[in-house]
Amino acid sequence: MQNIIEILSKKILVLDGAMGTMIQQYKFSESDYRGDRFKDHPSSVQGNNDLLSLTQPEAIKTIHEKYLEVGADIIETNTFSSTSIGMADYNMESIVYDLNYESAKIAKEAANKYNLIDPSKPRFVAGSIGPTNRTASMSPKVNDPGYRAVTFDDLVTAYSEQTNALIDGGVDILLVETIFDTLNAKAALFAIDLILNERKISLPIMVSGTITDASGRTLSGQTVEAFVASLSHIPLLSIGFNCALGADLLLPYMKRLSKVTEFYTSAHPNAGLPNAFGEYDQSAEEMRVLIKEYLESECVNIIGGCCGTTPDHIKLIAEEAKNFSPRNIT
Amino acid sequence: MAIQNNLILSGLEPLIVSEQSNFVNVGERTNVTGSKKFLRLIEQDKFSEALEVARDQVEGGAQIIDINMDEGMIDGAEAMTKFLNLIASEPDISRVPIMIDSSKWDIIEAGLKTVQGKCIVNSISLKEGEKEFVAHAKLVKRYGAAVIVMAFDESGQADNYNRRIEICKRSYDILVNELNFKPQDIIFDPNIFPVATGMEEHRKNALDFFQATKWIRTNLPYASVSGGVSNVSFSFRGNNTVREAMHSAFLYHAIKHGMNMGIVNPNMLEIYDEIPKDLLEHVEDVLLNRRDDATERLLDFAESVVGDKKAKKSVNKEWRNLELRERISYSLVNGKDEFIVDDVELARLSVERPIMVIEGHLMSGMNIVGDLFGEGKMFLPQVVKSARVMKKAVAHLLPYIEASKTDGSSNSAGKILMATVKGDVHDIGKNIVGVVLACNNFEIIDLGVMVPPEKIIKTAIEEGVDIIGLSGLITPSLDEMVFLAKELKRLNINIPLLIGGATTSKAHTAVKIFPEINSPVVHVNDASRAVGVASSLINKDLKEDYWNGIKKDYTDFRERFLSKKSEKRYVDYSASKNNNFQIDFNQFAPVKPNKLGIEIIQEISLETLVPYIDWSPFFNTWGLHGKYPDIFDYELTGKQAKELFEDGQIMLKKILKEKSLTAKAIFGLFPANSVGDDIEVYNLEKTETIAKFLTLRQQLKKKQGEPNMALSDFIAPKDSGIEDYIGCFCVSTGFGSDELSKEYEDKIDDYSSIMVKALADRFAEAYAEYLHKHVRLERWGYSSNEKLSNKELIQESYKGIRPAPGYPACPDHLEKSTIWDLLKVEESIGVKLTESLAMWPASSVSGYYFGSEKAKYFGLGNINQDQLEDYALRRNITIEKAKKWLEPNLN
Repeated sequence: MQNIIEILSKKILVLDGAMGTMIQQYKFSESDYRGDRFKDHPSSVQGNNDLLSLTQPEAIKTIHEKYLEVGADIIETNTFSSTSIGMADYNMESIVYDLNYESAKIAKEAANKYNLIDPSKPRFVAGSIGPTNRTASMSPKVNDPGYRAVTFDDLVTAYSEQTNALIDGGVDILLVETIFDTLNAKAALFAIDLILNERKISLPIMVSGTITDASGRTLSGQTVEAFVASLSHIPLLSIGFNCALGADLLLPYMKRLSKVTEFYTSAHPNAGLPNAFGEYDQSAEEMRVLIKEYLESECVNIIGGCCGTTPDHIKLIAEEAKNFSPRNIT
Repeated sequence: MAIQNNLILSGLEPLIVSEQSNFVNVGERTNVTGSKKFLRLIEQDKFSEALEVARDQVEGGAQIIDINMDEGMIDGAEAMTKFLNLIASEPDISRVPIMIDSSKWDIIEAGLKTVQGKCIVNSISLKEGEKEFVAHAKLVKRYGAAVIVMAFDESGQADNYNRRIEICKRSYDILVNELNFKPQDIIFDPNIFPVATGMEEHRKNALDFFQATKWIRTNLPYASVSGGVSNVSFSFRGNNTVREAMHSAFLYHAIKHGMNMGIVNPNMLEIYDEIPKDLLEHVEDVLLNRRDDATERLLDFAESVVGDKKAKKSVNKEWRNLELRERISYSLVNGKDEFIVDDVELARLSVERPIMVIEGHLMSGMNIVGDLFGEGKMFLPQVVKSARVMKKAVAHLLPYIEASKTDGSSNSAGKILMATVKGDVHDIGKNIVGVVLACNNFEIIDLGVMVPPEKIIKTAIEEGVDIIGLSGLITPSLDEMVFLAKELKRLNINIPLLIGGATTSKAHTAVKIFPEINSPVVHVNDASRAVGVASSLINKDLKEDYWNGIKKDYTDFRERFLSKKSEKRYVDYSASKNNNFQIDFNQFAPVKPNKLGIEIIQEISLETLVPYIDWSPFFNTWGLHGKYPDIFDYELTGKQAKELFEDGQIMLKKILKEKSLTAKAIFGLFPANSVGDDIEVYNLEKTETIAKFLTLRQQLKKKQGEPNMALSDFIAPKDSGIEDYIGCFCVSTGFGSDELSKEYEDKIDDYSSIMVKALADRFAEAYAEYLHKHVRLERWGYSSNEKLSNKELIQESYKGIRPAPGYPACPDHLEKSTIWDLLKVEESIGVKLTESLAMWPASSVSGYYFGSEKAKYFGLGNINQDQLEDYALRRNITIEKAKKWLEPNLN
C-alpha cells in the first residue's frame, strides 16, 4: 500500500462524512443498542452510538462501505466517545478496549475490501479520538473558576487506553478531532507520543480543532494561530478544523490556518448550521459549491464532512476534489 | 516557508519571535522569589489579588509572564496549578504565553499540565548531569513547550566566555541532534552576573555575556537568548539612577549582540538616549570593561549621582585613613574588632563624657547597620558580628562610664525581657533576636531557658520592662505562651508580648494568644523584624496606631483562619482505620535483626560524625535560606553564607581539637507487632509485652486509592502471625555545649556562643544519621549491602525510616516517655526529659526505627474528637490531658 504522505503530495484526499447522521436513519431501539451482550446492563444505553460497533456491527460496516463506495479515501472509526471518560455516562468504562478494538477492526475490514477491489486507490482508516465531555482548562462551575472536572493526568490515562486499543485493532492513522479545549488535545498527543515511543512504531497523526462561533476562536478561547502554535510540537500528518460551522463560515479560518502551518491541512465542516429541529438541511449540491471554494483557494489537503453530511455529500465532494491540485507545503 | 525557523509561542493569542521582531519583554512580578508582595498574596491565599499582579503586567506591556512559586512555606506545585487554572479563566491575562519558572521539576510539570498554550519552561540545565537533562527535555517536548536552558553543567554555572559557549553548544547538540528538539524552541540563558563588584574576576561579566550571546546566535541556529537583566546592577542596590542606566545600557548592548528576550522590570529602565552622557560613559566603561579603573570611577560617580554615602565602600586597609567616626562605623558595619578598642579609646579622649562615645560614634555606626539590615543589604550573621564589635566597645567604655556617672538617666531604647518558656531548652533563635535588639540599643534582660511563668512575670514587674519576648521550639511551649498570656490578663498587667520560635506562627498567635490577653501581642519569627516591632510598641507616638493595625490584622486573620479550617474534609476515625496503608508482609517479609536488645555507646569521636553533617539547616539557623552547597552561589546571600561557613569550620575544628562536646547514644531493637494503631513491643523471648507505642492516624479525607496512614501500618499485625521488629534510640551531642557557649557569652562574644549551639545541633542530627546507618547495615542488618553517599543519606534515600516524637508523623511528645522507660535513657546516658518533654541537653535527637522498605515519612495533619477520645482511652489519661498534648493537631 502506498504511503499516505506520498499520496498527499499528489492529490487531495477525501475524508468520510457523518457517522451519527447515518446511524439515525436506522432508528435503533434501546434493545437494538443493547443487543444480547448488554441486555442486562443496569443503565439505559440508547444513544451510545459507539456501542453499536459491538451490538450492530453490520450496520456500522455498511455505513463505512457506503462512504468508501462514493470515493472516501479515509474513513473514521466509530469511536468518537470511546474513552473511559465518555463512557462513564453509560457506566461502560470497562468495555472501552473492546469498543475501540472492534470498531477499528470493522473499519479496517471495510477498507480492505475496497483495497482489493481497486489497489490503485488505497483506503485508510483513521481512529477517531474525540474531545471527551470534560474540559481541562475551563471550569464547569461559574463561581469557581479554579475548579477542573478533569485533569491532564486523567485525560492521558483515558486517551492512552483508547489509543492502544485503536492501534491493536489496526488503524492506519490517529485522528484527534473536534478539539474545543486545546489542553485536552495536548493530553491526547502526550498519550499518543508516549505509546508510539513505547511500542516503537510510528503512525500518522491528524488533529482537527473546532471554531465554535463567529468569534473565530476555540471554545477555550484560542485564535487560529494560537491553536496551531500549541499543537505543532510533534510531527503531524495534518492540522485542520471540523464541526460547529458550515463550510461557508469555516473557510476564512481555514485560509488563516493554511498560512501558518507547514503540516498538511484538513477540513470537515458540517452540512451548514442546524435548523430549529437540530437537523442539517444543506443539500449535497449546495455543499459542493462551497467546498469548491476551498479547493480553488488551495487551502486544504484533506476534505470531508462532519455533522449532517451523508454519502451523497461526500460523493460530490470527492468528484470535485479530483479536479484540483492539493495545497503545496514545500 | 519562514515559519519553520521562528520561535512561536501562544496563550490565547500567538507570539512570534522572529529575526525581525523586537526584544521580547518577560514580566517578572508574578514570582514569589523576586516579589515580596506576590509572595505575601500567595501565602495568604489571596489569589484574586495575585491575579491583579499578573493583569497589571500584561496591561503594562509584558509579552510573556514568568510565574514562580518556589518558596519553602508553600506547596509550589499546588500553588502553580491553582494560579494557572485561575489565569486560564482570565482572557486578558491568558492571552499571553506563560513562562513556568521553577528549580523543581515537579512544579514545572504541574504547570505544564495546566496550560493550553505553547509555554516556556524556565529552566533545565546540565547541572545534575546529562541523564536528567535528557529526561526533562524529552518531557518538555512531549508537553509541547519551549525551554530555557541555563548555562550550567555538572561542574557549576558558566562564568566566563568559554564555559558559556561550551555548555550552550553541548546542550544544543544533545537537544537538537540526539532528541530532535526543534532548535527554535531553545532559549539560552547564558547567566547575567553583576559587574562593578570590586572583584577582579567580575570585570568581564557583562562583556562575556555579550560575546557569548553573539556566539550563540551565530553558531547555534535558530536558538534564542534570554536573561534576568536586573542581576547586572546588583552592586548598586539602593542607587536606582545608576541601576536604571545600567539596565538600559546593558540591554542596548545585549540586544545588539543578539539577546532577543529577557526578564526586565519596566519600572527599572531608563531610556538609553536619556541617560546623562557622563553617567552612560562610566556605566559603559564598566559593562564593556574599557578601563582598569572603570569600577572605581563608577563607584565614585555613583555617589555624586545620589549623594547616598551611607553604605560607602572602601577597599583594603585604606579605611584606616578615614576620620575616627567613620573608622568606628566601618568596624561596626564590617564586623571588624581589630581596631575597635583603640578607636573607641581615642574617641573617649575626644569627648567630655564617655557616654557620649556610645551615643555619638557607636550609635551612628549601629544606625547604619540597622538601616542596611532593614533594607536587606546586610544579613543576620553580619549583624551578630557587628553586635560583637559593639559589645567590645561598650565593655571598654563601661568602667569609665561607671566612674563618671552623675545622673541615672538611661539611654536605652527600651527594656526587653527575653525568655524561653517553661519546659523548653531551645534558645538559639532567642539569643539571635536578643543580640539584634541589643545592638539597636535595647536593654535586654535574658532569663535563659526553662523559665517558669511566675519568674517571667515577677522579673518583668521588678525591672519595669517595656516588652516581654517569649521563645519556644517544641509544641508544648505554645501552651505555655497561652498560659502566660492568660496570667498577664488575670493579674491585669499590660506589658506587650513578642512571640517567636520555630513552632510559633502568626496563626497560633492570632488565634490562640491574641484573644487571651489585653496588652499587645505580636508574632515575630524573623530577627530582622524584631527591632521595628519593638520600637513601634514602645514609641509613644507610634504604639497606638501600630497596635491598632496589628489588632485588625489578627482579628481578620483569626476569622479567616477559623472559617477556612472548616473547609477541609475529615473522615471518621473508624473509616480512617479501614483505609490504612497496606503492606504485604509476606512479600516484604520483616528482617530479623542480627542482634536484639539494648546497646549503649558512651562515647564516639566527633570526627566520625563530621561527614554526616547536613549543613543546610545550619544556614537556616542563621536566617540564610537555601541548600548547601548551592547556597554559596546565591547572588544575594552567597558571600555571606561562605563567610558564615568558614567561621563555622573554625569553630568546628576548635571543638574537635579541644573535645569540648561529648556524644552519647543508646538504642534498642525489639520484637514487635501492631495491634490496631498500637505497636506492642515484646521482650526478647516474646513472652511479655514490655512497652506499647501509641500511633496516631491521619483523618484528612484522602483521594481515592490513597491511604490514611499511621506508623503502626509499617509493622506486621499480631494476627498475621508474622514476627516483626521495631527499634528506638536517643543520641545527644549537647554535653559540654552549654558550658562552652557560656564561656563565649562571658567573653561578650554572642556570635561564637550561638555558633557553638548551632554546631552542637548539627552534630546531634549527624549522630542520628550515623547511628541509623549503623543499625541498618549491621545491628539490624536489613540493608547490609546499602551503599549510599552522604548526600544520599541527607536526602534519605535509604530503606526504612526514623521518625521522631514531636515531629509530623508522630506529634505526640508523650511517646518520648515510653522510649525513655523502655531504654532507660536517663539512667544510661543522662539525657533528661523536661516537664514539657523537651530533651536536655537541647542538642539531642530521639525516635523510632522502622525497617520495612515500604515505610515512609508522612505528616499526621489534624485529627478529630473521635480519635482523641480513643487515644485518651488507650493512653489511659483523661481527655483533657490528651487534648493538652495533642492540641496543635486537633480539629
